[in-house]
Amino acid sequence: MSIVSEIERVLDNAERVNGDLNSFLSVERTSALEQAAALDTSSDATPLKGFAIGIKDNICVKGMQATCGSRILGNYKAHYDATAVERLKAAGAVIVGKTNMDEFAMGSSNESSAFGIVKNPWDTERVPGGSSGGSAAAVASGVVRAALGSETGGSVRQPASFCGIAGLKPTYGRISRYGLVAFASSLDNIGIFGQRVPDVANVLSVIAGRDPLDSTSADVEVPDYVAELTGDINGKRIGIVRDLIGEGLDADVKNSIEDAIDNLKKLGAVPVDITLPHAKYGIAVYYIIATAEASSNLARFDGVRYGFRSEEAEGLREMYMRTRDEGFGAEVKRRILLGTYVLSSGYYDAYYAKAQKVRALIKQDYIEAFKTCDAILTATSPTTAFKIGERLDDPLAMYLSDIFTVSANLAGVPAVSIPCGLASDGMPIGLQLVGNFWGEAEILRIASAYEIAFPLIGKPSVFVG
Amino acid sequence: MDVKHVAKLAHIAITDEEAAIYGPQLAGIVEYIEQLNTLDTESVEPMLGGLTVEGEATRTIRADDVRPSFTVEEATGQAPDPVAGHFRVPKVL
Repeated sequence: MSIVSEIERVLDNAERVNGDLNSFLSVERTSALEQAAALDTSSDATPLKGFAIGIKDNICVKGMQATCGSRILGNYKAHYDATAVERLKAAGAVIVGKTNMDEFAMGSSNESSAFGIVKNPWDTERVPGGSSGGSAAAVASGVVRAALGSETGGSVRQPASFCGIAGLKPTYGRISRYGLVAFASSLDNIGIFGQRVPDVANVLSVIAGRDPLDSTSADVEVPDYVAELTGDINGKRIGIVRDLIGEGLDADVKNSIEDAIDNLKKLGAVPVDITLPHAKYGIAVYYIIATAEASSNLARFDGVRYGFRSEEAEGLREMYMRTRDEGFGAEVKRRILLGTYVLSSGYYDAYYAKAQKVRALIKQDYIEAFKTCDAILTATSPTTAFKIGERLDDPLAMYLSDIFTVSANLAGVPAVSIPCGLASDGMPIGLQLVGNFWGEAEILRIASAYEIAFPLIGKPSVFVG
Repeated sequence: MDVKHVAKLAHIAITDEEAAIYGPQLAGIVEYIEQLNTLDTESVEPMLGGLTVEGEATRTIRADDVRPSFTVEEATGQAPDPVAGHFRVPKVL
């Protein structure tokens, strides 16, 4: 079968499911078919030849829109490829579309997109998670085998958990952020969704590694992650944090995580008790550092150089202020306000400086923990996917749902979420494996062994297979 | 928190209605984040940025040579009001 006919099938599927899910903000038929035709005539054997992939709409693809789910960038088109995208194209992957997201990646439910909410393929009355909800729904509904998302506090792992697929947040510095629109630069990562762990490993092998265009990308050797999926996890020490499998966790999630520990034992892994004494402060630290950095990064959206400009204003200052009020949605404004407040004169030491100190303690907890274990197991989210609208009026409750994911971003360590069963409401449950710095291969190996031995039984109601 | 004042610092012209919604929400979040004050961090060195040890060690200075960049048309063409290679803005004074 030709790559063109395969990509045509993917594009048709993307358009078909979009009516139900709103997972794609754009389906890029023309460029995808051009790319596919070129691949059909090329004799080069590249690692992802003809592999269809979706890209979150805050990652730049030359000539395609990059709205970040925001009205303020509603008509913006990227002038260049993100490094991750350039590497995907060079490897023969075909970009089929830009995926929906929470505005500027701020949200845990994909309800803050300016271009409509995304629905969960398992139950269209529920959220897909966020902020990379469009990418997660596109993969879970079977349209693409993999998609890129971005992570600042769990925005790949939590939607992967809610949609029953694999989702990886790499070590900070593992994947170049060049071409990823900045939200909170010291926490942001490009992440990868896959229907299965090998899909994630395949894409990671291609896009990981030092990039001179991102000074925070690190010069660390990139293994062949697919070759690392040996299936052998005998003797692996799995760190269990007893405090995190207690109150606050839904009963079904708790049971499922306890079953997962038993399942890993059957595969030869050895659970060991560890502690992360400062993990409980993660949300507080996160919402200081992330909002502070966001208030600075998002200052560039002012109606001068690109995007939306308010027509109402007289004078420059009023133009800035109205453009930003009309162009940003409520969640983005709330976070910019919080970030501005914690950085404002007289409050810096009490909030931002304090948070950076506690962040150091959280990182130190991980360094200590990995002296006695190879990976740490937790639930990815305390609940399964919630109903659309359920948490919209209570931002703090929404933030608290990131309790298990944010600390990996604060420390900089990698983490993967894979499905580990269905709850009584029929929705997938995710287990999270957190790895040591640069230990993506280790957690992907454990995740892959788990998904082979204990595959998720069941299929989303919206699935094109 | 004086929400209107903070919004002015952030260059966002929020309405009274918005201030009435965000005020209590932000107060709740600030109360939550203040739990950090229960921790003694006197002797802790703050973590600046997100770099790992390996990231810190990575050489980031590039060769000082000329590379292609965006054209003026690319750099200004998507502005709301581009004029002759410049960005036009409402009057400042």
